[in-house]
Amino acid sequence: MHELGITQSIVRTVAERAGGRPVRRVKLEIGRLAGVMPGAIRFCFDAVAAGTVLEGAALEIVEPEGRARCRSCGAEFLQETLYDPCTCGARDAARLSGEELNIVEFEFDAEAGAAIAPSAA
Amino acid sequence: MCATCGCSGDGKAKIGRVGHDRHDHEHGHDHHHDHDHHHAHETPVVSLQQRVLDKNDALAARNRAWLAGREILMLNLVSAPGSGKTTLLERSIAALEARFPLYVIEGDQATTNDAERIKAAGAPVVQINTGTGCHLEAEMVADGLRELRPQPGALVLVENVGNLVCPALFDLGESAKVVILSVTEGEDKPLKYPHMFRAADLMILNKIDLLPHLDFDVDRCIAHARTVNPQIAILTLSAKTGEGLDDWYDWLAARRHAQAGQAFAD
Repeated sequence: MHELGITQSIVRTVAERAGGRPVRRVKLEIGRLAGVMPGAIRFCFDAVAAGTVLEGAALEIVEPEGRARCRSCGAEFLQETLYDPCTCGARDAARLSGEELNIVEFEFDAEAGAAIAPSAA
Repeated sequence: MCATCGCSGDGKAKIGRVGHDRHDHEHGHDHHHDHDHHHAHETPVVSLQQRVLDKNDALAARNRAWLAGREILMLNLVSAPGSGKTTLLERSIAALEARFPLYVIEGDQATTNDAERIKAAGAPVVQINTGTGCHLEAEMVADGLRELRPQPGALVLVENVGNLVCPALFDLGESAKVVILSVTEGEDKPLKYPHMFRAADLMILNKIDLLPHLDFDVDRCIAHARTVNPQIAILTLSAKTGEGLDDWYDWLAARRHAQAGQAFAD
């Protein structure tokens, strides 16, 4: 269950960047061939976010499909597994998408944030 | 709980040199506290576009550079539990210790049993207990290397936590992953765990002395491995009887030779 550690890494990264301000939404990109289950990330997220500035934040996950370009015929094709062959039969292909594991962006809670006076920097 | 790996306790994986005074080291995770001052006029959406595994990958790159500068070959041995990794290590230590210095980093969720076996076989070893963590990460291996202090030109074998899923995602800074599959497991494991078999440079098919008692189809297993990873090298052996072990030692010697040539190539 590496998803717990990955979720903790996500929450820590966003919390550090948020600088103490409440966060209301986090957007992730988890490719369908990344080897990470979005459902397990969701399962862990609320518990991991509790007690941090991400507590109660919405988790948005986009799941890019597995796409590759065949090195034999040049066609672009969909993959449901890491090793699906091209329609021409060749397996040698360059990955175009599907293995992403990224924090895309996060959104501050504007109302809660407004209540925090900017410090004199 | 550790914020990087999810292991138990208070942010510590236990790392201990077996055969020396055992003591625990903290991970020493870097905690960057950027105190950005956000003002009311800025957009409430912050674009990060950051890979989740960036920190691990950066630490792995640091390990890799440290090892390359010392012409040390480090291999990451991965498998399901019970594939015979520790027995393979015991045989390898006995056969190779006269040829070059050999060190072992043992990863398990709990116990120092495997490290005790390695120590008895004659190699310096550190045990990393990951607690609930299901894999080693680059920072744990960095701590292990600091503890072991392998000499230049050495071979460092990392026995990862028995698990065919999670260790595939975490680069430790190794020269190569070696996946070990025993013939008592299913011959379709490469298809079931493609990330791991794709990430490995070498597949070792172990326990071939048991083949007469099993329905395991070696050719089909190899075909499955090549479906997932056309470039994967494959060795069949028995760590128990010793059959095929010379090919493994030759593979190690060739990789070690190649690693030595790369020390200042970059």
